Amino acid sequence: MSFAGFLAQLLNGVQYGLLLFLIASGLTLIFGVMGIINLAHGSLFMIGAYVAYLVAHASGSAWLALPLALLGGAAFGALLERGLFRHFYQRDHLDQVLLTFALILLFEESRSILIGNDFYSVPVPAIFDYSIPITASFSYSAYRFAVIGACLVLAAALFLWIERTRMGAIIRAAAEKPEMVDVIGIDARRVHMTVFAVGTALALAAGVLAAPLYSVYPGMGDGVLIISFVVVVIGGLGSISGAFWSALLIGLVDTLGKAYTPKVAGLAIYVLMAAVLIWRPTGLFGQRG
Amino acid sequence: MLPTRRGAIGLGVAAVVLAILPLVVQPYYVELVTTALVAAMLALSLQLLVGCTGLVSLGHGAFYGLAAYAVYLVTPENAGLSIAITLPVAMLSAGAAALIVGALSLRTRGFFFLMVTLAFGQMIFFVFHDTKLGGGTDGAYLVRPALSLFGAELTFTRRQRPFALYYVALIQLVAMYLLLVFLLRSLFGRVLEGIRVNEHRMRALGFDTYRYKLAAFVIAGALAGVAGHMWAMHRAFVNPEIVGWHRSAEALLMILLGGLHSLHGPIIGALAFTGLGELPQIMGDYKPFARFFGALGLTDFGLRMQALAERKLLLEGVVILAVVLALPSGLASIRWPRFIRPAWGAGKSRDQRAGS
Repeated sequence: MSFAGFLAQLLNGVQYGLLLFLIASGLTLIFGVMGIINLAHGSLFMIGAYVAYLVAHASGSAWLALPLALLGGAAFGALLERGLFRHFYQRDHLDQVLLTFALILLFEESRSILIGNDFYSVPVPAIFDYSIPITASFSYSAYRFAVIGACLVLAAALFLWIERTRMGAIIRAAAEKPEMVDVIGIDARRVHMTVFAVGTALALAAGVLAAPLYSVYPGMGDGVLIISFVVVVIGGLGSISGAFWSALLIGLVDTLGKAYTPKVAGLAIYVLMAAVLIWRPTGLFGQRG
Repeated sequence: MLPTRRGAIGLGVAAVVLAILPLVVQPYYVELVTTALVAAMLALSLQLLVGCTGLVSLGHGAFYGLAAYAVYLVTPENAGLSIAITLPVAMLSAGAAALIVGALSLRTRGFFFLMVTLAFGQMIFFVFHDTKLGGGTDGAYLVRPALSLFGAELTFTRRQRPFALYYVALIQLVAMYLLLVFLLRSLFGRVLEGIRVNEHRMRALGFDTYRYKLAAFVIAGALAGVAGHMWAMHRAFVNPEIVGWHRSAEALLMILLGGLHSLHGPIIGALAFTGLGELPQIMGDYKPFARFFGALGLTDFGLRMQALAERKLLLEGVVILAVVLALPSGLASIRWPRFIRPAWGAGKSRDQRAGS
């Protein structure tokens, strides 16, 4: 394949990796702070994609769905935390797995009842519907650049929030030693609700951004869920920066693998994960022990 | 984990009921319960890891699928082999795979262990999915193993076969259950339980916990091989779907639904889960919501409720949610209401009596 083709695949890999980061960061935060394994996180991604489809149909531009997904997602996440997850923090991990599995079924069936089981495509927003020339013979979709940009902005906001604000410091502390946060008198309930709201908002946003790139279809959350867990585990549970680097790694390995060695591409990320975990049993950025 | 004396009587009664079942129900249900029995074997073998040792594996379905493929690979094109050959082959290949996967993945713990076992399971899945070894993505048909030993063979007509397979599955499930009871009562089983409760303490007591966990992983893998062998025998067909992670997740779900803290929990879970899949059909046949609200004069509302009640995922989701909210220890924790509870056997488990 030509150099331009390689460059295109490289950019695709980065764009895919950044999308994965939006999903995986919520997953790793929710696990790090509350210890919840949220299987329904992939369904949230799916909901985001369907929101983009509905908004694009109603208004003509999927772009408007982004603020809606962020705000609506935050509210929805807070509601889920308050109504369901809050009662499960003290329960066994496996009960939480069962709960979130039931949620997947309910989300999928609600989607089926409300919108149906068809495949939909979502048009690229008109302002990004062109290609940017990179070299004389090679140009790259402006929308994919826009997705990379939007993901980077959201990622930067997340990093600043975690590293520079008081709430972020509490979240980092809670991910490290949850008991201490309780002991020193911080209102853990507000922290939990916020983390859930942010995680849900990011997953929905990822769905909105992904909708014009891939088609919107039932069960689209499943594959994303597994690959996001792979990202979270390679990065080390609860580590945001770990999730960032491992999302880029997985995005590139998966995209380049599919382009150059399609026969074994499905296998590549699993071999990578097994190798990483046998080498470092708590992930690349995980704490020891 | 082990049944109480009264529980053992209940399980005996359940086994007798299952043994009589094919004589009274329609052939369709014989097939359905056979499917459930195979699933129960898979869930039961996984329970040795999840409930007994505290190792949550998401790659268990791979050993099950691998065993089914092993049966396909050793069986000649047009003649069935004896079960005395295929069953050991299935168990050995699943056990050998479990030895390799377990030796590597037991280096990790908790959620990481779950993900590494998933990864290895997916690797085995892609071997069958992406190569022509077992017919690729389409799968392949095979000749069923024959029930023969030293030349003597039990043969069946086409009509008898579902019943024969039902009893073969039931006998294997009961045997597997008894084997696990035997294992858990031995020192080996006590060490596994100790590892679940506090691995550090077991190590401080001088047990090489890695070896015990690996042994449990291999035994569970070989037993999953028994289930996979039975699947191949029942369906006479293999395809990559039986190797994939969905099968592992389903087995885990059955354990959670039935109960983590007992050996019979996974069996109840498997029967319940299989029955749950039939619920929309039953709802469609009897239309309880439409009738009930229709009788109240709310015909429109009743029809709308009825349409919802025939949706599979919605029903499954609601039932699972109800179980996890109302029964934290799964279906196996349901007890008879006090007033019909028999007075004998005073209701204390072996462990409680030993402790008090």
